[in-house]
Amino acid sequence: MDIDLDPIEQFDAPIYHRYHATSSRAITPFLHAMKRGEILGHLSTATGKVLFPPLGACPESGEATHIPVILSDTGTVIGFTTVHLPIPGSKLVPPFTVANILLDGADQACSHLISECDIDEVAIGMRVLAVWRPAEVWNNSLENIEYFKPTGEPLVDIDALQQQCLAKAEQRKEAAKGGQDA
Amino acid sequence: MTVPDNSLLEADFELGFTYTRSPGIIIGKFLAALKQQKIYGIRANDGSVLFPPTEYDPRTAESLDDFVPLSDRGRLLYWTWIDQPRDHHQMSQSFAFAMIQLDGADVPFLHRMLADSPEHLSSGMAVKVQWAEERRGAITDIHGFVSATGG
Repeated sequence: MDIDLDPIEQFDAPIYHRYHATSSRAITPFLHAMKRGEILGHLSTATGKVLFPPLGACPESGEATHIPVILSDTGTVIGFTTVHLPIPGSKLVPPFTVANILLDGADQACSHLISECDIDEVAIGMRVLAVWRPAEVWNNSLENIEYFKPTGEPLVDIDALQQQCLAKAEQRKEAAKGGQDA
Repeated sequence: MTVPDNSLLEADFELGFTYTRSPGIIIGKFLAALKQQKIYGIRANDGSVLFPPTEYDPRTAESLDDFVPLSDRGRLLYWTWIDQPRDHHQMSQSFAFAMIQLDGADVPFLHRMLADSPEHLSSGMAVKVQWAEERRGAITDIHGFVSATGG
């Protein structure tokens, strides 16, 4: 027999995972620095590279990292995505652009929003500057930086930037070695 | 509040997957019937009655659509007593996860068995549905099962 009722067409079936998170020893100084308005990376002495965000291990060498390096709040866009569809639960109103930004002094890119320009203007090699929220609301997170905005400087050649970064890392690596030998 | 610079930081964190699910016509009708406090199984190709209904025959994979009305009574087969329910159980009191076979169905299914203590449960005991006060067309419209003999 049939059931002479309109079928239930859809229902909410959310799944929630509730965690109580504790910051690791490696990331804790970074989170405290964010609250002071400082951007902290880690130097990997094995590779000479400056890692950001500092998760406590160098992905290339496996070395545990702890040497803090204060980074600039300016950087270069090395990749970006423009989002046109709304993301459920997100405060962001599309279209918006998320970029991989290589902060000056770092060898790893981080993701953040780009604003104060037309989305068509965002380009690989664009120089950007962090726009901070008011210091009164700073907390232990990267959210203290509201977004990055273009500095107006000319586009950077990404390949040349990579070579510069690698050369600097090599210097740091040698310096770290010298320090150990001494 | 100032936190010493070396102190570990703690925070609650919730990761939510806010799914909306479409049950399809067969399950959708079954759920709509639950809202009306009516229970249906579905007849498989070998004549057996499946509860809860499935859209397809578990052996031949053919479509099924022959609903079979079932009673709100059945038998408790086996169970696991949950002495201290946690949040996700959505129960304030101890209960059992139980395999229950409704009268007229040929297979058991998993639901809550409600009792004051596990001593009140026995394999084969007669049970009946306790309906949820608010029904919205979901399997939880059946709040659980209780002893049919009052014990």
